[in-house]
Amino acid sequence: MPTELLERIARDPHYLELTRKRSRLAWTLTAIMLAVYYGFILLIAFAPDVLRQKVGEGATTLGFPMGIGVILTAILLTGIYVWKANGEYDRLTARLHEKVGGQP
Amino acid sequence: MSLRKLLAASAAAIALPVHAAGALEGTTTKAEINPIAIAMFLAFVGLTLFITKWAAGRTKSRADFYAAGGGITGFQNGLAIAGDYMSAASFLGISALVFGSGFDGLIYSIGFLVGWPIIMFLIAERLRNLGKFTFVDVAAYRLKQTPIRTLAASSTLVVVAFYLIAQMVGAGQLIKLLFGLDYSTAVVIVGVLMVVYVMFGGMLATTWVQIIKAVLLLGGASFIAFMVMRHVGFSFDRMFTEAISVHSKAEAIMGPGALVKDPISAISLGLALMFGTAGLPHILMRFFTVKDAKEARKSVFYATGFIGYFYILTFIIGFGAIILVGSNSVYLDEKGGLLGGNNMAAVHLAHAVGGEVMLGFISAVAFATILAVVAGLTLSGAAAVSHDLYANVFARGKVDDTKELKVSRMATLALGVVAILLGIVFEKQNVAFMVGLAFAVAASTNFPILILSMFWKGLTTRGAVVGGGLGLATAVTLTVLGPAVWVKVFGYETPIFPYDAPGLFSMTVAFLGCWLFSITDSSAQASREAALFEAQLVRSQTGIGASGAASH
Repeated sequence: MPTELLERIARDPHYLELTRKRSRLAWTLTAIMLAVYYGFILLIAFAPDVLRQKVGEGATTLGFPMGIGVILTAILLTGIYVWKANGEYDRLTARLHEKVGGQP
Repeated sequence: MSLRKLLAASAAAIALPVHAAGALEGTTTKAEINPIAIAMFLAFVGLTLFITKWAAGRTKSRADFYAAGGGITGFQNGLAIAGDYMSAASFLGISALVFGSGFDGLIYSIGFLVGWPIIMFLIAERLRNLGKFTFVDVAAYRLKQTPIRTLAASSTLVVVAFYLIAQMVGAGQLIKLLFGLDYSTAVVIVGVLMVVYVMFGGMLATTWVQIIKAVLLLGGASFIAFMVMRHVGFSFDRMFTEAISVHSKAEAIMGPGALVKDPISAISLGLALMFGTAGLPHILMRFFTVKDAKEARKSVFYATGFIGYFYILTFIIGFGAIILVGSNSVYLDEKGGLLGGNNMAAVHLAHAVGGEVMLGFISAVAFATILAVVAGLTLSGAAAVSHDLYANVFARGKVDDTKELKVSRMATLALGVVAILLGIVFEKQNVAFMVGLAFAVAASTNFPILILSMFWKGLTTRGAVVGGGLGLATAVTLTVLGPAVWVKVFGYETPIFPYDAPGLFSMTVAFLGCWLFSITDSSAQASREAALFEAQLVRSQTGIGASGAASH
């Protein structure tokens, strides 16, 4: 990439908007995932009795819905990211591509 | 909970996919010849060889060989990634773990899943925008080619070698058990087929083998789980109640067991699983088979969905096995243990809910699964040799397409021969530590180099090589000194390093090493590398200048 083009992109408001928004989302979702997963691991390590508590009248304990919840959270968070990135952020990227005339 | 039990369980945790292999070792006996399983397996082999022939006609350049020409869609790639990740041993191993201890099995499957969102948020699109054929392309984007490629290709080969040996040994034992074939015959069949797929059909054939296997495995597991749910009237609560009433550990299966007393193991294991996934070379390589970052993101979403769904199924299957297999004397030996060991829980359950046909189907799927996983590993090992070491280090990037393609095929053949030999040599060895080691090395070498090269301007060649090298050495050394090798392989009384999972320590060493040896690097090379960061960042963010589907 020629330096001139590079500088033009790096200063472009669309580029700045794209990177700012996308980074914020990516790091927020990463933080949520880490918090959820390590929260679960720390519960296992330090407060296992919480996970053994019964839910309702039957045999189900809190650990199972929570565990399945972590799995569903992982799927949901990746879904949110794809939805934002392949929609809004890719529109910004496409606008940027048009502007600089770079190949897709 | 005794310490021994605790260690055994944490060994099982990190080495989960091979937990199957480990537990099968030495104790397996040859099964009766199972005609349905063999017929179904032959049908799978016939179909995949036909696909390989078709793919061979389309594999003409190195871009075809390494990346299927970039023409795989996000959905297909998502399925193929899931296929790469859901090994036979993880299917059998996780359901066995749930069968044996209930809730703990779920902990491990969660650990295997949570790396995927991280790959999505931090790695997938930048990787696709910067790389061409291997993740090493990305690490070497602005760093000095020779040292960084040599290190990253070496750690790729270490990861591939351990993972491959573990799979080969597991395959031999499993096939002996399921199909009544000789151990070495089984290993040779697996080795020959994987070489044929990769050598002739390259990434295109490998991808389709993964896709077919993923569909078969998800289909078979869905059917078994459905039958279990039908048995309990589609009530999880009833499933738990029935399981508690027949399981020897009773209520204990409903909460955390083995991991409880050792937070360091739990955290260290969690780190290795989460970030190891993000450093597995054969998984990262799959991102170059799609045309752009958009498809790469879709791949991860589909893969996460399929893998998550699969782990929920294995959890239902484990509980189903407690109810339908664990209390049925047909599947038990004189001592009340499961015939063939706990890893057979899912296989017996297939028989319990679907008779001989389902048993044959699941056996054939297990065999197909092993084939698909080893093919993916072999391809990534071959790419490390031909693309990273031969083309970019030895020939300094001056090599034509035909020549590189030829080298990659020779490398595939060589890896196949080595894998067969090692598979036979390690027959009677305890290989349970090997997948754990592969994850630890991936998390402590590949992952730090990759993530820092993309996110931190200050990373220099010196920092990456020293830090990555230290991470590799620490992961290997601590594994050898730990209980999995020092005690279980070498037979010493007590381990020198108390934990099975070295991830917490080796990752810390790697990141500190990368940081320290980068910030103290005041060479001219280091400032050139920092100056290149902005161009790399812009390309990684926008895809401008990235190699497209056709221009690979």
